[in-house]
Amino acid sequence: MPLAKRIIPCLDVDQGRVVKGVNFVNIRDAGDPVEVAKRYNEQGADEITMLDITATHEGRGTMIETVQAIAGQVFIPLTVGGGIRTIDDIRTMLNAGADKVSINSAAISNPEFVRQASQRFGAQCIVVAIDAKKVDDHWEIFTHGGRKPTGINAVDWAVKMEQFGAGEILLTSMDCDGVKTGFDIALTRAVADAVSVPVIASGGVGNLQHLSEGVLQGHADAVLAASIFHFGEFTIEQAKQDMAKNAIEVRL
Amino acid sequence: MSTQQLAIIDYGMGNLHSVAKAIEHVAPNFSVVVTSDKDIIGNADHVILPGVGAIRDCMAEIRQQQVDTVVQSTIESGKPLLGICVGMQALLKSSDENDGTDCLNHFDGDVQQFTKGLVDEQGLPLKVPHMGWNHVHQRVDHPLWHNIESGSRFYFVHSFYAQAKADYTAGSSHYGNEFAAMIYRDNIYATQFHPEKSHQAGLQLLKNFTQWNGQL
Repeated sequence: MPLAKRIIPCLDVDQGRVVKGVNFVNIRDAGDPVEVAKRYNEQGADEITMLDITATHEGRGTMIETVQAIAGQVFIPLTVGGGIRTIDDIRTMLNAGADKVSINSAAISNPEFVRQASQRFGAQCIVVAIDAKKVDDHWEIFTHGGRKPTGINAVDWAVKMEQFGAGEILLTSMDCDGVKTGFDIALTRAVADAVSVPVIASGGVGNLQHLSEGVLQGHADAVLAASIFHFGEFTIEQAKQDMAKNAIEVRL
Repeated sequence: MSTQQLAIIDYGMGNLHSVAKAIEHVAPNFSVVVTSDKDIIGNADHVILPGVGAIRDCMAEIRQQQVDTVVQSTIESGKPLLGICVGMQALLKSSDENDGTDCLNHFDGDVQQFTKGLVDEQGLPLKVPHMGWNHVHQRVDHPLWHNIESGSRFYFVHSFYAQAKADYTAGSSHYGNEFAAMIYRDNIYATQFHPEKSHQAGLQLLKNFTQWNGQL
């Protein structure tokens, strides 16, 4: 199939710096977001996702400046998430240069927000982010950095969000996030097979083989990773070469 | 050489910032203005018609803000016009989106939806929107393809497409069906993909646009 599977490096941004934690704690500094984004662009990243992990009112101005700076220098799609709660938040980020916004907890507190956003801006720029944990024999959505259960089944929620106008699902396994043992393949596959919009697998990438597994076994349309790229372990290009060896279509 | 003016038509749909930034990046000698002002657009040397979102909303804004007449006069003036994404679809005759929407009819073609049930070689369903980097095969020798290899990947994000008809298709792609990735006629060309988001190949295409005089 000619459409390439995408590799998306993710920048978790806190107060204007790229950081990376393990299971959402133990934060490490990984540099200036504009420099990091430029480096990934040069290495052939297919998109860049930037998540404002504090998303405080004070931090918002810094985030807008960062989005503007990246959008002026990086000519690949840019998704921005973290604290997107209103139609105005979306407009602000799109005007700053984001191509898509990622909506997470605001979708849970008010699913109609996703419908309104999609109708106003088009499904192509509305990504719904789902943070899921395994609970018994199914996956449940958690908020507040994994501390707060919602009782919502993750697969059902993905289907519902597609119906409400999500153009893409960003699916993070909170069990796997930061622990480098690979994606939660069963979760990824369950969601990817249940929806007809693209699914980005996230959480757990520790080596290059994990990226291919996300696509081949998890049926993901795109794979997102952070720490394997941030600290120079691998380049995006190496990751793509490795996926190509596994007969996955990539943009080289 | 004096500064050339490039107008990006602003009719309230979508992120025009990226297109403006990309043009400024490839053509620092250009003055880029994002505007709905008919006189400014009329005086520009190059014009871009962007568009995202649903076609019915786009066409409503295009008519309400008389962008249709601006596009018409741009085409008649012979100056280079570039349509992007829904800005391309708007140049066709009609779209099936939103229960059928009449468009500007500068190209004799319809816009259709990628139907559910399309599958890839492994038998997995094709996801809609068609989102990501796909090959674009050049069907004609066009000034806009200068220094771009046929088959280069460009970034797409769309659920509706125009059929690749031989009389206007400059580039085609395949996603379940073959479709028109770039259409052209005289001083008009338009892309289904987003050149401003397509890294080097996209930037080269935009650079070619700024250097084009609108003649084939």
